Amino acid sequence: MEAVPTLDAGLETGGLSPWQLGLRRFKKGRLGLFAFWIVTFFFFVAIFAPIIVRVLNVDPYALDRASLNDYGLPKGPLGSMSWNHPLGVEPGTGRDILGRLIYGSRLSLIIGTVGTVLSTAFGVLLGIVAGLRRGWVDSLISRIGDVALAFPSLLLIIALANPMTQRLESWGVPKGNTAKLTYILAILTIFGWVYMARLVRGQVLSLRERDFVEAARSFGAGTGHLVFKQLLPNLWPQIIIFVAMSLPGYVSLEATLSFLGVGFQAPTASWGIMLGDSVRYYRADTAYLFIPGGALLILVLGFNLLADGLRDAFDPRSDRQQL
Amino acid sequence: MTEPLLSVRDLHVSFGTSEGVVQAVRGVSFDISQGETLAIVGESGSGKSVTASAIMRLNFGADVRVSGSASLDGQDILSMSEEGVRQLRGKDIAMIFQDPLTALNPFYTVGNQIAEAYAIHHPGTSKKDLRELALDSITKVGIPEPLKRLNQYPHEFSGGMRQRIVIAMALINSPKLLIADEPTTALDVTVQAQILELISAMQEAHGSAVILITHDLGVVAEVTKRVLVMYAGRLVETASVEDAFNSPTHPYTRGLLNSVRSLDSDRHSRLEPIPGNPPSLIDLPSGCPFHLRCQYAASLNDRCRSEVPELKAVGNSWSACHLTVEELSSDLRAAT
Repeated sequence: MEAVPTLDAGLETGGLSPWQLGLRRFKKGRLGLFAFWIVTFFFFVAIFAPIIVRVLNVDPYALDRASLNDYGLPKGPLGSMSWNHPLGVEPGTGRDILGRLIYGSRLSLIIGTVGTVLSTAFGVLLGIVAGLRRGWVDSLISRIGDVALAFPSLLLIIALANPMTQRLESWGVPKGNTAKLTYILAILTIFGWVYMARLVRGQVLSLRERDFVEAARSFGAGTGHLVFKQLLPNLWPQIIIFVAMSLPGYVSLEATLSFLGVGFQAPTASWGIMLGDSVRYYRADTAYLFIPGGALLILVLGFNLLADGLRDAFDPRSDRQQL
Repeated sequence: MTEPLLSVRDLHVSFGTSEGVVQAVRGVSFDISQGETLAIVGESGSGKSVTASAIMRLNFGADVRVSGSASLDGQDILSMSEEGVRQLRGKDIAMIFQDPLTALNPFYTVGNQIAEAYAIHHPGTSKKDLRELALDSITKVGIPEPLKRLNQYPHEFSGGMRQRIVIAMALINSPKLLIADEPTTALDVTVQAQILELISAMQEAHGSAVILITHDLGVVAEVTKRVLVMYAGRLVETASVEDAFNSPTHPYTRGLLNSVRSLDSDRHSRLEPIPGNPPSLIDLPSGCPFHLRCQYAASLNDRCRSEVPELKAVGNSWSACHLTVEELSSDLRAAT
């Protein structure tokens, strides 16, 4: 037998994994990278909102009657933009709009990320179970998904908002915004897992017939090994792209719900509440309408471009035929 | 005679599909002893790969029905618990797949995958030992620069190199039985011989028995001693390689041999394809499954149309044909 060379010498010389290749391609796509930084900026602002608000000296809750005229409208032009209030003040209360925008990003992103993570987790789990077990388990999960999709979910969300929030509070969830947040996240998960589950189920059905999964089974791999070592790594790119694509949907949904008055109420800072509020004043204070709308537009656009960039980089079908 | 390593008896496999029940394998029996090499040949859809999957109990969906037995060292694989089979797979029986381009997971380095194949059956082996084993095994299958290659991903290998990796994976636990399902079909002709040589060499080193599944008669002649010919889910002839090539007894085997060119055949002679297509496995013809395409139609008797022939000894071979040797040879003379 030949002598086996020592092991350490080979450690630095390795190939690039499909991950690394994807990452490299992603970095080359300028738009995707730009969108990545936009999204990162919003996350940064949301995470450090209390500090940023203090540094900029824009309290989202302090009432500033001095900036309003007798009719309760901002005194200055463009919603009374000034050094004290860079984006002006809220009509009626005189709260600082920049401060509310910064705090509002927290709610949008919390609902966006937690909602996406929860519905993705359920979707992936149910999709894998359906794809692996097939048979009646698959039928059951798929039919439940069909029902969830066929439901007029927005109507249900609005109709159940108050009773369900109270129910949650009676179950011991902290009153107020926590209960409302829990309700919205729960509803988003219940109706949101279906698309992810369908995607994963389809992928699992095709992956399980692929030779390398069959090969792993021929080497004695059990179900756990198949799921975590064979299937999941091959699903991750699809999952990540899907997450990036569904995040903006959840962010907009939060705005929609708040706009419709479901869930959160002022003085909670939320982009949807601001939008709903600004519509009432759009003749007298047009600038106010564009600020939360613009922020929402930029964030959603950022997420969408990021998703595009990720898909181009990681989806094998977008530019490569095979690995 | 010593006890055979694997003994398959009256194996039936059928799949339920929307069009009907596909009878992929219908009563296949054979033995393979330790260290032996056996080839299963036949056209696409003759049931050779299904036979192999059945022995490993792979790809068994809800609608698959299997009967018969396949005993490895006296244990019937077909009636074993799922966990029992899992323990067996990879350790006692390993498989080499047809297409090395797809048999490796694109997300792991080859070293990782080889180590994994060992770790599944040897939990608790240290990372260092696993790496060393993997390195050792890819060195043995002739991968140049093994240290560098160990950390590379499947897409960085050529087809032949990947097939070597797959072979290294299959043999890392020194299985008693290696099933090679068309191991050279997806490869360049130039690489095929190397891979076959490697399989033979590895077989010798590990003392494994090999079932080689192929439709390539050249491959059969090169590596094996005994051939099983399958047609429409049944064995139609079993013989030593010499007998199968020099004096094939079953009309189908003759047809197969006439449809490939050999080096010593006359350059100007035309190849004779077997007329017609293999029968539908959903709606099988009555009697001998081959009778609709049989060259010896002139001497066909009613039994060919009504009665399924069983394997019976003809000289040194076993053949499933109703026609007698005389009938076959007289017709052969008449045809030429």
